[in-house]
Amino acid sequence: MRWPHKFLMRCQMLFRRGRAGDQLQDELQFHLDQQIAENVAAGTNPVEARRAALRSFGNPTVLREQARDTWSWQWLELLLRDLRFGVRALARNPGFSILAILVMGLGIGANVAFFTVVRSVLLKPLPFKDQGRLVRLYEADAHGAFQDNVLAGGTFAAWQSRSHSFEQMAIKRAIDYNLSGSGGQLPELVHGQVASWNIFPLLGVEPALGRVFLPSDDRREANATVLLTWGLWKRRYGGAPSLIGKTILLDARPYTVLGVLPEWFNYPDSKVQLWTPAYHERSPAVMALYTAHNLDAIGRLKPGITIAQATAELSTIQRQIRQQNPDGPIHDAANIRPILDAEVFHLKTGLYAMLAATGCLLLIACLNIANLLVARAATRRKETAVRAALGGSRGRLIREQVIESLVLSVAGGASGLMLAEAALRWLVHVRKDIPRADSIHIDSMVILFTIGVTLLCGLLAGLIPALSSNNKQILSTLQESSRSYSGGHAGVRLRRVLLGLQVGLTVVLLTSAGLLLKTYTRLRSVDIGCATHDVLTVEINLPRGSYKTSAQIVSFYDQLVEKVRQLPGVQAATVATILPGEGHQRDDVFTIREHPPLPKGQVLDASTFFVDPGHFGAMQIPLLQGRVFQSDERLDRAHSVIVNQTFVRQFLKGENPLGKHLKVELGEVAGSDTGLEIVGVVADTLENLSDTPYPTIYYPFYSGSQRSGTLAVRGQQAPSGLSLPVQHAIASMDPDLAVANVLTMDQILGQSTIDASFDAALLFAFAVISLLLAAVGLFGVLSFIVAQRTTEIGIRIALGAQREQVMRLMLRDGLHPAIFGLILGLIASSGVAHLIRSMLYGTPALDPAVFLVVAVTLLLVASAACAIPAWRASRLDPMTALRME
Amino acid sequence: MGKPSDLVQGTLDLLILKTLSIEARHGWAIAKRIQMISGEVLQVQQGSLYPALHRLEQQGWIKAKWAESETGRLAKFYSLTAAGRKQLDSETANWARLSDAINLVVREA
Repeated sequence: MRWPHKFLMRCQMLFRRGRAGDQLQDELQFHLDQQIAENVAAGTNPVEARRAALRSFGNPTVLREQARDTWSWQWLELLLRDLRFGVRALARNPGFSILAILVMGLGIGANVAFFTVVRSVLLKPLPFKDQGRLVRLYEADAHGAFQDNVLAGGTFAAWQSRSHSFEQMAIKRAIDYNLSGSGGQLPELVHGQVASWNIFPLLGVEPALGRVFLPSDDRREANATVLLTWGLWKRRYGGAPSLIGKTILLDARPYTVLGVLPEWFNYPDSKVQLWTPAYHERSPAVMALYTAHNLDAIGRLKPGITIAQATAELSTIQRQIRQQNPDGPIHDAANIRPILDAEVFHLKTGLYAMLAATGCLLLIACLNIANLLVARAATRRKETAVRAALGGSRGRLIREQVIESLVLSVAGGASGLMLAEAALRWLVHVRKDIPRADSIHIDSMVILFTIGVTLLCGLLAGLIPALSSNNKQILSTLQESSRSYSGGHAGVRLRRVLLGLQVGLTVVLLTSAGLLLKTYTRLRSVDIGCATHDVLTVEINLPRGSYKTSAQIVSFYDQLVEKVRQLPGVQAATVATILPGEGHQRDDVFTIREHPPLPKGQVLDASTFFVDPGHFGAMQIPLLQGRVFQSDERLDRAHSVIVNQTFVRQFLKGENPLGKHLKVELGEVAGSDTGLEIVGVVADTLENLSDTPYPTIYYPFYSGSQRSGTLAVRGQQAPSGLSLPVQHAIASMDPDLAVANVLTMDQILGQSTIDASFDAALLFAFAVISLLLAAVGLFGVLSFIVAQRTTEIGIRIALGAQREQVMRLMLRDGLHPAIFGLILGLIASSGVAHLIRSMLYGTPALDPAVFLVVAVTLLLVASAACAIPAWRASRLDPMTALRME
Repeated sequence: MGKPSDLVQGTLDLLILKTLSIEARHGWAIAKRIQMISGEVLQVQQGSLYPALHRLEQQGWIKAKWAESETGRLAKFYSLTAAGRKQLDSETANWARLSDAINLVVREA
């Protein structure tokens, strides 16, 4: 009975406040009249009776206020009133308000965008059951040299059978398949994964349709089977359930479709289209090797087992393997990372640096707005003092100020959220290389973050000016005559401190951006040692089913290169397994036949490239010694290799490399175990822009062992025009063959620097924005000081001060905080630079040039921002100045 | 104790509820009644009375009705609700316990 009543009461108080207010007035008036009547009845004259009644009644306004305070919704009414007041105050000054909202929106938007990325990529758990026990396993070096090497098949088998820390252990590996066209569809190259059968039970993934692999599917002699991802099933097969049990052609061989994976499953990324069983796809011999590192291993820890315990156990097993096999590249320890960490740890520094940068930007934005509000508060000091003297409580005045800045920040937050949404779309579009990019979107957590940041900004920007106005000043403010000669100093001092901080933060952003920009230009100006302009590349993967022998492979590539070379506009064409700048992909161990045997446990290792005879000419890699491959060195007659300069420097120093023989256990190249003769030495090229050259052995591509190759075509003009004719040439030779990654060499290099260029460009943008904000802040503060000191300046000029003196005086006033901030910023920058040094290349953390440029830029901008108000001050006409106010 | 004794915190609610338990009254009459019954010891200030009345009304313990007063003017008459009657009982019991306890301490200790 009470609740309905209360509810009714509340509704009444909410919707009929005006009437309730009138009634309160009547009620109090009645009381007063009764008191007067009583006084009159007691014999006092009416005038005196009324006065006595009023006296005993107290302040009727206060009484009314107190009664109203007990009403429900009173807080809402007050809030609405302050809100109205705040909005009206802001609307009166639309230029200021719009600027402030934009600044706030920019800061909040950038923060929300990067928070979303960090949360989606680094923090949001993978969608697997009990993710906390899922780990990635790596081979490692006991001395800490390598921590994250992928596993060899033999190692995996040993760990799986001998360790007790894991419920299950599985492997996977990326693989590309040629999915043949069917029913009028084009053939396509699809990204897939081979995996041990238990990967799906290990991750806790149930198929959406059909079944997942069984142990019996995961054997060499089993029938070929495949699992499709939801995306491929929908896209290519229209989501037909009848596909289960049918066969599809991968690399021109039939695979039975066992099932379809659920829609949400996009591990390791959404580019993966299908899964095949590892032990069926790869030969038992390869899967038993301890030396071929090419499998990603995943494990599920038993409950209660820590990562440290499991690492210790695996390291023990691995040490035993090493002792039993002292030769070859076999590691002697293990490393374990939580599965999420393993996916993203290489991105951490960059993303957190960006988040920190956006945080700085937001802080600068807040300080700037606080600064503007302090200026406004200063012009309203008299008003504030009068209100305080009339009984306006300090809390009320502070609340008003805070609400005003909250209005600004809420509007800024709303626009920031929109900005973030747009920024994220753009980001996901340009940074396709970010793992888990498809999980980046704004969710409820991000909205909460936005609200939190917005409120925090509003409070910060509002409280600084509100707290700076202090009650003790009321009297002096009221006493200040209208002809004050110089303005109050408290506000100005606060603004100077705020400005100094702002400039300091700006300097930090500027130096970080400068260091990253320098890194980027260093990377882009690196000469990778081969032709990069006007080169088009196409990836080709010959399917096993239709190209069964080495001879078939060789003849296809031979004819293709010849055909492409004949195309108009083509200068040269070549085929190779990897091109410079594509990153490190493969290395193998070798021994030099002419050298004494190595001590136990030591191995020599070099990168492995397969190239055709025309490669060095086409890619313009200089031949330094000997000769290149001859066109008849193919198939069984391919017994020679070519090495690079670094190889000679590292392994054959002071000897004649030509005529030496390298023993490599490749298996794929005939005679590699007895020794391949070095016939030539070529100049170094780079695998990664940020790495030093690696010793490299070039093998003849026409040995016929490599099905996948990259065709590189150097044209006379822009290579993009060649892409259609080249694809036509490929299709004319094999219409079923899919090609992938038709890219120019510049694009490939661009991709390898995208991290650096992206970080540098964004940080630079932030730095420029904050520099702009700092300049606006300086300009504002100095203009304000000049306006306050107009009378003083007038007197100085009237007494004979030179215009230059006045200008210098004002400049010093403005530059003081800038210089203070600059010093502060430079000190902070040296610390920050140290933190981001892992992102730098060819640039020392304390690069003097960058620091110098930043300091000079900042001083120039600061001087420019101060010059205008200072110049205006020096042009003051003393008569007008003195007559002012 | 120089000033006329201030009402013990929270007891004003009890006094108002008790006063209204007999009949509906307006604010002036409530104040007068408390003053009279207490032998002029308890002076209810307007500054406390009206906020208290409005608070009790918001709580749903008393309800208000505009009616003609003894002088013929419209006045706001307050009366107890059923919930208010219960509240009065519990507050009375509370008060009895509290004052007994205080008396005990004052006499014995």
